[in-house]
Amino acid sequence: MRFVLRRVGFFVLTLWIALTLNFFLPRMMPGNPALAVIGKIKGGVSPQALKVLEAQFGVSTHQSIMAQYGRYLADVATFKFGTSLSTEPGASVGRIVLNAIPWTLGLVGITTILAFILGTGIGIVGAWRRGGWLDSLMPPVFVVMSVVPYFWLGLVLILYVGVKLKLLPYFFSFDYTLTPSFTPAFIGNVIEHAILPAFTLLITTIGTWILTMRNNMITTLAEDYVRMARAKGLSSRRIMLDYAARNAVLPNLTGFAMSLGFVLGGAILIEEVFNYQGVGWLLLQAVGNNDYPLMQALFLLITVAVLVAILIADMATAILDPRTRGAQ
Amino acid sequence: MTTPVTPAAPGQVAGPIGVTAPAPGGALPPAAGLPTRGGSISGARAMRRMARAVTSNRKATVGTVLLAFFCLLAAFPQVIAHDNPNAEIYKRFLGVSSRHLFGTTALGQDMFAQVVWGTRPVLLIAFGVGLGATVIAMLVGVAAAYLGGVWDGVLNVITDVLLVIPLFPLLIIIGSYLHGAGTQVMIIVITLTGWSYTARQLRSQALSLRSRDFLEAARVRGERSLYIIVVEIIPTMTSLLVASFLTNALYAVLFSSGLQFIGLGNPNVTSWGTMLYWAENNEAFQVAPLWIIAPGLCIVALGAAFALINYAFDEIGNPALRPLKRTRVKRRG
Repeated sequence: MRFVLRRVGFFVLTLWIALTLNFFLPRMMPGNPALAVIGKIKGGVSPQALKVLEAQFGVSTHQSIMAQYGRYLADVATFKFGTSLSTEPGASVGRIVLNAIPWTLGLVGITTILAFILGTGIGIVGAWRRGGWLDSLMPPVFVVMSVVPYFWLGLVLILYVGVKLKLLPYFFSFDYTLTPSFTPAFIGNVIEHAILPAFTLLITTIGTWILTMRNNMITTLAEDYVRMARAKGLSSRRIMLDYAARNAVLPNLTGFAMSLGFVLGGAILIEEVFNYQGVGWLLLQAVGNNDYPLMQALFLLITVAVLVAILIADMATAILDPRTRGAQ
Repeated sequence: MTTPVTPAAPGQVAGPIGVTAPAPGGALPPAAGLPTRGGSISGARAMRRMARAVTSNRKATVGTVLLAFFCLLAAFPQVIAHDNPNAEIYKRFLGVSSRHLFGTTALGQDMFAQVVWGTRPVLLIAFGVGLGATVIAMLVGVAAAYLGGVWDGVLNVITDVLLVIPLFPLLIIIGSYLHGAGTQVMIIVITLTGWSYTARQLRSQALSLRSRDFLEAARVRGERSLYIIVVEIIPTMTSLLVASFLTNALYAVLFSSGLQFIGLGNPNVTSWGTMLYWAENNEAFQVAPLWIIAPGLCIVALGAAFALINYAFDEIGNPALRPLKRTRVKRRG
């Protein structure tokens, strides 16, 4: 119980710090950057929206900074994120963000799960056959793969598979000429558009899973209970999966739960490169247009996703592995 | 989390402080075993081990050669490339020729010169962040572990919070407020946001040392805390500090290139990330694929240099991870 309380306390504290960063960062920067934007858009939005915006960034208000801060916290607590300045002037930030979330969840979420399952499997087999071709090839290849900037790999794939060979589409999440619907043709089109970005993500993230799983397995294989299992004459398949892998995967499960939290904010550049209209793409649109309310809301969303995932990961580890409970 | 070899970290620590064969020919003074000199000598021994490791481990050799190559490019770009990287003096999109090894850009700049000159800011950011983040992490981690109590609590919470706030989105937000971050600003921002992972590692290493005899001996001798931290504790962390430098340098390369690619760097500083930014915005796909390939390959090569050296040190610290065949050959010979 104390453990749970501590973790929840940490959750609240971090959330508060993220909110505070959101509030104070634009005010700390040389020359309030919001000022310039407000000057630029003065004619474009309704006077009412302008007032909200001015209040949000502390421009021409008579409130003290602490009063503004309190108001910001209250606004966020009631899910008032203000109005967007760029995409559709006057549209509520909340609605724009909600429209983007499913695309990112679909593309990055599924790819993350695939990468974990495939990577863990390859890691297990590689460590089990120590010295085999897979095992000796893996470390150098994936050490190098893990430093390939995934946005650059995306650019290269667009260059060769998209532009040169014209094999796959590489722009947006579906064909502009189609109307979104739940027909097989449309769904097929969406999948086709997801192949290149998903593949890019998969090969740049799978290496981490393979290497950590392999290293965990190697450590676990040296344990006495594995030797004991061998002595008992169990089948190697059984030792590999039920004895070694089952224990070796524990640290990776925490990592996996955390990586699910990074789904929303972890592939920003992929979405940018492929013009895939998810959360990350939206964030960069907001940055490009100096749309600060949208930007702040997205940063908050990405942070909350990570925090929730960490909370779940902590709880899951405490349940799955009794040893960690006392260690705190 | 993104470091592929995290679980091996404790093994790594065993290197310099564990029981190791003394370096052949390294005439250690007889005082080596005495607690007073213990710290500094294991530091020196660690350095010697590293020099030997670089030549004996193939991954380390490849990494070091790559890194040295880029250091040369960064130090003497004018010797290797004759053109001014920013001079827009040629025809647009010239092909590859002996005059223009990589062709020219949409603005008529020599692309080879851009790649060569682009090395310097990237390396500055890598080394700046690598050093800066390691120093902050060392101060915070060791102070937290050594001082304990309230200090430990406060420093620990700061570290943990920074550890879970998504870094790249945070960097994007800060970058968007800054409007075109130059090299120094990049170094400062990435350093200030990126030290927490290492601090966590260093703290647990320092914690594990706290009850060791040689520290107790120093305390009994009446040494001051600062002396104990600097002379006794920090030298035992040499290999962790090297790993921290390499990891942070690697992430600085990737993060800064990403930020520059989306236009949050200073677009007038020639570096690999800004080259990619200009390439994507100037139809490089159709006409000048090298504009995308060349700077990207450089990022990969520099990143691989840091990662390979780091992985090699892990293998040295944790023998279980070494490739099997090599060990066998060694035993025979």
